[in-house]
Amino acid sequence: MPRRPSGLPSSEIGDPWPAFPVPNSCSLFPIPCSFILTRNGARCSGIGLGIDPCKEGMFNSRLRKHLPDTPPHSPTGEIVPAPQIAPPAPAASLLSGDADLLVRVQAGDHFAFAQLYSLHKRRIYSLCLRMVGNVSEAEDLTQEAFLQLHRKIGTFRGDSAFSTWLHRLAINVVLMHLRKKGLSLMSMDEAMEPAPEGSPGRGFGAPDMTLTGSIDRMALERAVGELPAGYRLVFVLHDIEGYEHHEIASMLDCSIGNSKSQLHKARLRLRDALRTVPRKEARP
Amino acid sequence: MTEDPSTMTCGEFQNQLAELIGSGEDLAAHPHLLHCARCRTLLADLETIAESARQLLPVVEPPDDLWEHIESAIWSEGSSREPEEEPK
Repeated sequence: MPRRPSGLPSSEIGDPWPAFPVPNSCSLFPIPCSFILTRNGARCSGIGLGIDPCKEGMFNSRLRKHLPDTPPHSPTGEIVPAPQIAPPAPAASLLSGDADLLVRVQAGDHFAFAQLYSLHKRRIYSLCLRMVGNVSEAEDLTQEAFLQLHRKIGTFRGDSAFSTWLHRLAINVVLMHLRKKGLSLMSMDEAMEPAPEGSPGRGFGAPDMTLTGSIDRMALERAVGELPAGYRLVFVLHDIEGYEHHEIASMLDCSIGNSKSQLHKARLRLRDALRTVPRKEARP
Repeated sequence: MTEDPSTMTCGEFQNQLAELIGSGEDLAAHPHLLHCARCRTLLADLETIAESARQLLPVVEPPDDLWEHIESAIWSEGSSREPEEEPK
């Protein structure tokens, strides 16, 4: 099976919280105001504009950059002019823009932090939601991830892309939450979730039950959400987020073979689920 | 169980499939697949699922009031931390 290009070396996505001193508290924080972030047509560089940055080789899937949905209001209620959303730009300039924003955030600029939230909120929320499969938990985890970000932003050294660093931070938040809930990696063992013998997942289905080569996105999202937790974690991290097995094994503290096995079984489960969708929906 | 890929059964092939796929090697020319349409179909389906997953984008919008909660929590942290930062 073809593999997408590997992302950054694992050394660059190691512990996103190196042993650096926690930065001084923000000089502008807290401030007695409430920024209002409303949706105003999400824009994504490349994506949605007919260009997939991944396919165009601009950057890999883990570095998909999302431009702000809308600017926050200023503390005085005045709407801050929307950031200029340029046509797909070279990765270098996007990264440069991110760097400028990060400098402001690290300097304690509350408005810049709000912008950073606006830039990354959908990616982080979607990640949390896919990993836990629960809206309420995903909201809590997204909040915790951005709180962690606010606490740790001063430790970001730029060794890896910020989006990669934030992404890993959010994954750690989710994994810590799942461990607290009692999801030990033992529950990921295949013996806990055996596919029924002789089920379609074993590959003995009739030819007319085969996937046709295109899968409805909503059906896939729904099926992923219904996977057992261990399967879902590995599938999301590998097939959606683009992590390699050795990276997943490190994150989940399991063997590479276990990661491969869980992914395979997740795909088999999804195959079962997706092959039943057209027939169910075809019924009056 | 046979060690010869050309004579292995579907069950034997599928038992090795997780590792075979995970290795990243091109399985199109695997001896078992050359004569087994059933396993070719299985592999094609799994590849379709993986490919479709790569197309999934982070399209889910968090609730509008989430930022207010985050901001409020940061405010609380700042307030609770403040006394510790005061010089004694």
